[in-house]
Amino acid sequence: MNDGTHAMSILIRLQNIKKMYQMGSEEVHALRGLNVEIKKNEYVAIMGPSGSGKSTLMNIIGCLDTPSSGMYELNGTNVSDMNDNQLARVRNKEIGFVFQTFNLLARSDVLHNVELPLIYGGVGGGERKRLARESIARVGLTDRAHHKPNELSGGQRQRVAIARALVTHPSILLADEPTGNLDSKTGDEIMGLFDVLHKEGNTIIIVTHEEEIAAHAHRRIRIRDGHIEHDEPVTDRRIIHHDIAASA
Amino acid sequence: MRLYIDDLREGLLIAFAAIRANKMRSVLTAIGIFIGILSVTLMGTAIEGLNRAFNKSIAAIGADVLYVQKWPWGGGGDWWLIRNRKDIKIEHARAIQRQAELVRGVSPVTGTSRNVKYERKIIENAVIVGTNDEFVETSNVNVALGRFMTAMEVSGGRPVCVLGSEIAEGLFPNESPMGKSVKVGGYPYRVLGVLEKQGSFLGIQSLDNRVYVPINRFFKEFKSFRGGGIEVWVKAASLESLEETKEEIRGILRKVRRVSPKQPDDFAINQQDIFIQAFNQIGAVVAGFGLFITGLSLFVGGIGIMNIMFVSVTERTREIGVRKAIGAPRRSILIQFLIEAAALSLIGGLLGVIVAFPLTLVIDNVLPTAMPINVVAIALFVSVLVGIISGFLPAFRASRMDPVDALRYE
Ligand SMILES: Nc1ncnc2c1ncn2[C@@H]1O[C@H](COP(=O)(O)OP(=O)(O)OP(=O)(O)O)[C@@H](O)[C@H]1O
Ligand SMILES: [Mg+2]
Repeated sequence: MNDGTHAMSILIRLQNIKKMYQMGSEEVHALRGLNVEIKKNEYVAIMGPSGSGKSTLMNIIGCLDTPSSGMYELNGTNVSDMNDNQLARVRNKEIGFVFQTFNLLARSDVLHNVELPLIYGGVGGGERKRLARESIARVGLTDRAHHKPNELSGGQRQRVAIARALVTHPSILLADEPTGNLDSKTGDEIMGLFDVLHKEGNTIIIVTHEEEIAAHAHRRIRIRDGHIEHDEPVTDRRIIHHDIAASA
Repeated sequence: MRLYIDDLREGLLIAFAAIRANKMRSVLTAIGIFIGILSVTLMGTAIEGLNRAFNKSIAAIGADVLYVQKWPWGGGGDWWLIRNRKDIKIEHARAIQRQAELVRGVSPVTGTSRNVKYERKIIENAVIVGTNDEFVETSNVNVALGRFMTAMEVSGGRPVCVLGSEIAEGLFPNESPMGKSVKVGGYPYRVLGVLEKQGSFLGIQSLDNRVYVPINRFFKEFKSFRGGGIEVWVKAASLESLEETKEEIRGILRKVRRVSPKQPDDFAINQQDIFIQAFNQIGAVVAGFGLFITGLSLFVGGIGIMNIMFVSVTERTREIGVRKAIGAPRRSILIQFLIEAAALSLIGGLLGVIVAFPLTLVIDNVLPTAMPINVVAIALFVSVLVGIISGFLPAFRASRMDPVDALRYE
């Protein structure tokens, strides 16, 4: 019984995950057998030097990529050998991505950008608009709903990306260096937003180079050369008491 | 279902945003399709015009009419032999008139061209037709104003005439031609009536540009096109008995022309079906030529669309990656790019139809016609189809992209 509830709360289970790229005759081992378990509502920072495999790991967790070998269980479902369309569905329902370069659709306004995952999820018009507006409100951009990305600041763009990631109420929020393209003040604002989202019960995984960003998380996983070097709770946590509405 | 509708709507939104963002490129790409659709629409309109002209000018004359002439319609036969045939003469027409029973009307018909004058107005090279009173029957024309010539006027060779509608309009724009005296080739003729407008066939011979005079008068004052030769129009008693009428006339003619039993006919009895065949041949040539141009330009246009769609897919690799990352299935990406290709092609098609419209009005001047609505529908359908076919490869490639690679694309 106890074991059962424990298993239930485990969201991500990676067992001996390996990822290998073939570069001509050379084999690049990006991940060399990782074992990680992440529970619901954890707040994890993944750190490590450049080329250590952080993005590769994120892509596998986010079902954008499949491991060369190993087993990946998401929410109790084995996703390691799903096909393309099944993975697309999992990404749509379970994963919210936030990228370093925002990756918004330049020709669409904020509302449409945020609606997009719902369109692919088959959510109908009225409900879709309502959910999108709700999500935009959560990141404090209600008055920018009809702006195009190029009319927004970097921080605002990243908020739109977060709203888009949140709109389907995914199980995990994945952010690969979400503050990498932002100045430190704006970066802090975005991290403050993640803190709030974590408090609201979201599971968050962030890739970062910066100790200060990692200090927001509750758990820090250090990767080096495709291996986990450290996996430990964060002791020097940094909390920004942040008022979303005021900063919008 | 819901998914498909949203896919379509999203696809349309993106397609039009993409086209708007690349207006110049899109328009240039659509040129091939534009030309293809332009030609298919014009061709359709021309064929429609041929059909209408056919129905109006030829069928109006009557499928139950036989034309006794020296030359067979539709060619064939030995040119020299035919050339050296004895002319068809007025006596032959008289013989048919006297002896044939399965006929409703017999007209000797001959013609030439002369200037027609009324006061200061002149119409040059009008066709002057010499015929008899039964011409109303054999030609199926209706008299719009006044009356046609009578048997008395024909046999007496009276200086009277009946005008085709164009002649009447030309000489008498503001007054009634009835009873007026016109000069035909310098000789005075009194106007008895005006015929109904017939329209022209292929713009070559206008039936309205004619003046009809008694054939007996004609022979006194004019010389026909072909020496003394005439032709004889015979209206059969009924369409059903057309073949029997033809046999009857054949027998009469062979006798009066003294053709020995072993000899073949030294005349031709022409009828509409030969004309219909010739007409169908013209139609087939127009259609074949049009289809060739259409096919070629649609093919070239399709290649252009395929090319630009490959460019579009490559340019938007990152966007494809983003869409996949947030859960777009392959199908949605495929549909998105197919719609974009179809929309590009449809733009060409719409432009083609829009430009074709005024051009069909020009055609209408020569060959009364109208752009058939089904041709427009087919043209637009074809342009969408070409877009989808030529967009398929690029769209397929987009749909199969690896999301990670696509997101990393610079
Ligand atoms: N598509 C690929 N083909 C070949 N090798 C790849 C590919 N993707 C990643 N790699 C290699 O895998 C290793 C891990 O790459 P990854 O992008 O995960 O690093 P990272 O930790 O995210 O680095 P950074 O901090 O610079 O973003 C690198 O050595 C990289 O060169
Ligand atoms: Mg990386």
